[in-house]
Amino acid sequence: MPDLLLELFSEEIPARMQRKAAEDLKKLVTDALVERGLTYEGAKAFATPRRLALTIAGLPVRGRDVREERKGPRVGAPDAAVQGFLKAAGLSSLDQATIVSDPKKGDSYVAVIEKPGQETVAAIAEIVPAVIRAFPWPKSMRWGKASAQSGSLRWVRPLHSILCTFGAETEDPEVVPFEVDGIHSSNITYGHRFHAPGPITVKRFDDYVPSLERAKVVLDADRRKQIIAADAKNLAFAAGLELIEDEGLLEEVAGLVEWPVVLMGDFEERFLDIPGEAIRATIRANQKCFVLRDPNSGELANRFIPVSNLMASDGGLAITAGNGRVVRARLSDAAYFWQTDRGPLPDLDTLKESAEKLGLDLAKPLDQRMAKLDRLGVVFHAKLGTQGERVQRIAALAKELAPIVGADPALAERAAKLAKADLPTEMVGEFPELQGLMGRKYAELQGENPSVAAAIEEHYKPLGPSDRVPTDPVSVAVALADKLDTLVGFWAIDEKPTGSKDPYALRRAALGVIRLVVENGVRLELSKFARDNDLLSFFHDRLKVMLRDQGARHDLVDAVLGEGASGNDDLLLITRRVAALGRFLETEDGKSLLAGYKRAANILKAEEKKDGEGAFADAADLQLIAAAGLIEEKALAVALAQATPKAEAAVAAEDYEGAMSALAELRPAVDAFFDKVTVNDPDPALRANRLKLLNQLREATRAVADFSRIAG
Amino acid sequence: MPLAASSDPLNPTRSFQGLLLTLQRFWAERGCVILQPYDMEVGAGTFHPATTLRALGPKPWKAAYVQPSRRPKDGRYGENPNRLQHYYQFQVILKPSPPDLQQLYLDSLRAIGVDLALHDVRFVEDDWESPTLGAWGLGWECWCDGMEVSQFTYFQQVAGVECAPVAGELTYGLERLAMYVQGVENVYDLNFNGLEGEDRISYGDVFLQAEQEFSRHNFEHANTEVLFRHFSDAEAECKALLAAGEADIGGNDPSHKLALPAYDQCIKASHVFNLLDARGVISVTERQSYILRVRELAKACGAAWLKTAGGGAN
Repeated sequence: MPDLLLELFSEEIPARMQRKAAEDLKKLVTDALVERGLTYEGAKAFATPRRLALTIAGLPVRGRDVREERKGPRVGAPDAAVQGFLKAAGLSSLDQATIVSDPKKGDSYVAVIEKPGQETVAAIAEIVPAVIRAFPWPKSMRWGKASAQSGSLRWVRPLHSILCTFGAETEDPEVVPFEVDGIHSSNITYGHRFHAPGPITVKRFDDYVPSLERAKVVLDADRRKQIIAADAKNLAFAAGLELIEDEGLLEEVAGLVEWPVVLMGDFEERFLDIPGEAIRATIRANQKCFVLRDPNSGELANRFIPVSNLMASDGGLAITAGNGRVVRARLSDAAYFWQTDRGPLPDLDTLKESAEKLGLDLAKPLDQRMAKLDRLGVVFHAKLGTQGERVQRIAALAKELAPIVGADPALAERAAKLAKADLPTEMVGEFPELQGLMGRKYAELQGENPSVAAAIEEHYKPLGPSDRVPTDPVSVAVALADKLDTLVGFWAIDEKPTGSKDPYALRRAALGVIRLVVENGVRLELSKFARDNDLLSFFHDRLKVMLRDQGARHDLVDAVLGEGASGNDDLLLITRRVAALGRFLETEDGKSLLAGYKRAANILKAEEKKDGEGAFADAADLQLIAAAGLIEEKALAVALAQATPKAEAAVAAEDYEGAMSALAELRPAVDAFFDKVTVNDPDPALRANRLKLLNQLREATRAVADFSRIAG
Repeated sequence: MPLAASSDPLNPTRSFQGLLLTLQRFWAERGCVILQPYDMEVGAGTFHPATTLRALGPKPWKAAYVQPSRRPKDGRYGENPNRLQHYYQFQVILKPSPPDLQQLYLDSLRAIGVDLALHDVRFVEDDWESPTLGAWGLGWECWCDGMEVSQFTYFQQVAGVECAPVAGELTYGLERLAMYVQGVENVYDLNFNGLEGEDRISYGDVFLQAEQEFSRHNFEHANTEVLFRHFSDAEAECKALLAAGEADIGGNDPSHKLALPAYDQCIKASHVFNLLDARGVISVTERQSYILRVRELAKACGAAWLKTAGGGAN
């Protein structure tokens, strides 16, 4: 079976787009082949900075023949009908049609159209240009002379050549002939930009990969990653250090080189005074280099690891030296920022008003920055006011939340007031990803309470389902206040997330609130702070998503929430009830009671149809039961009379396990009832009374959860 | 490197002016017209009408020039070894972009003394956008051993107009490149004229005082009231010129007559805005609206240019 090899050779593709582009190429080409009935054994796609490559193994030489029968008009039908049939079937005369006889309808023409399967080569020659023209790059461009015309080819960067061969292992594959905007397919590729820029003739994937390797191109991004990671670790080890692993950086760097050469450089030890995170941020973001730590102290080392694309003639000395100069210049900047941010701001007089408004101490550097943030009038959102106003709201809210989460209100308020103070610092201006962290460092330096300093960093957390949730009560108070203010604000101006659009990360904020509350065991009446029922429903939806992601049954959440959102504003209690219900339903008692409930509910539903809604809403007549009822009927009545108040009391005391075991006590009586008692007794009084009893059972379970929403 | 070359004061690795002359010669040999800097204050070489306006319309165009660029906010009173409020860009524009533009660029690096067997040159994604010019393009930062030494852009849109054909733009940061090839850590230590001893002129000899004085001006002394007025004046003048240059209704010459003078006023407004920004008197919310105002001028100038001979009309 022949194989296909395709390579699209271009100018440098952005690193972040390469992996997806390779996968897109594979999917688009293989889907189009399969659509034409051309199945294959396997396909694999690759990307380097300058090429996307695709190999598809085990394709047929041609597609299957298709035989199609097209029914025509009766024999002797008017000429117009005959002509129409001939045209549609692609026949030149009726001689080419066959006549079939049908005992009822008589004789009619049938055209048998034999479509020979398309040559795979021809199919590829159609598919690949179409895929190239419609390729889903996140951003694409036009270039060169052709761009004078509208509709010229777009690619991520100029596309230079296309290699496309097809053939069996045992023969010389052929070039699949096609042309896209003047680029003709060939069997030629090119090697490393500097080491082997000349043309290379390729037959198939088997010789393509080693040919590229000889031309200093490692085709497989994962192999480039392995090489970089292994070499970096070895270099680190040889220097008695430890590589700080960084998967994101590794992926990016592997997309910047075709032939990775890992080097090591150093910088002056005095720069290690700068917070390690800032050193790492600048070296990572600006230089795309790895950093190292001392395995004994755990502290950052004054080394860095650049990954070059060149086997330099001097072994990389010049490259290392050049990178070192830039790293030093960057660290000089960072050192300057670190120093400046700890000093006083000029024009302190202009900050007095802001300081007074926010209760800030202008003797302290971080307080000055907050005052500056307020004075600059930096807008948080056009309809939600400035950052200064927002901080005031968060501070008030944090103070209010403090007693609920067990924090000192004064500390919570102070932390909230400084939480955004690092935004106008030089360091955060340069490295936005250090927001919070730098605030904490500067707070520690000006002698803030450790909880306040920690809260400045932690109030942004959790940043997602896997991020750590802060536990210090001050952090919890400020984190909750920050997120609630955001959510309430955006709900008030009706900027809610829709579909895939959530530009203000409101889903993440809501999940953050849920995790803060649940994981810290915080009892928060959410409706006091989020008075919007729609927002409350949003929380419930997020809770469902979270519990589902944790493997819980989301129908149990529905059952616990019951009707509507109101009254269900304590997220912690909801999760506890869900958990208790889940455990109960795992037990035999639970399963059996649920079955009994479903049976009761079904009978009631059917009978309520006859007698009307609410026909059995009254309590069962105990005297009637005593006089004419069966023993099982009496037992259920007694059990209900005991279990119902017990369950209700337990729920009121938030003892959900207790409520479940109260319900569990009903099980023998329910089982026995359904075993022995015929509900629809010929005596209408007895029938009604038994239905009332079942209704009482339904109501009893409702105290714990709405069993009708439980699946199964 | 042969001795004769290394002792030549105009060797690009010895003097700032040698670097500049080498680049000019290199691009002149490849068919570019070598222009002189535009005689107005601009934030980047792209603002030169030889780029902004010539990038528009169907006519082929190849030009190269040095452009002093002013970024008032980047002033550091001469105290930072890398940052300047006035620096030189070397700008190349080739329309349509030639198929071997990357190779031409690499050849130009070789010409100024970058040994490509020794140095790691990389094309790292950088999408270029100028909100004030209503322009964007795709391309890269060009890295040499981890240092950004050039910007490489395929213009897709300029002054709100789709480029057809697309021009390729190369912008060399001359001071950085010079520091690199001269092996100097501080921009003020660059050898400007390539001579030694008492004949040696450094970059600092030429520019340090200017950096100090202009930093004071940009951050402390520029009269903001006057600047606000200049901005409004330039904006009004630009619009007036655009209106005055429009073809007469019913006339038989449809071309625009004042596209270039109008664009000068747009450049002026843009620089005044940069100064006001450096003085810190434009609030965050206002900032966006100033940028939009300049962009509107740039767009209108681009549209006017397309109605001129240079823009390919008639």
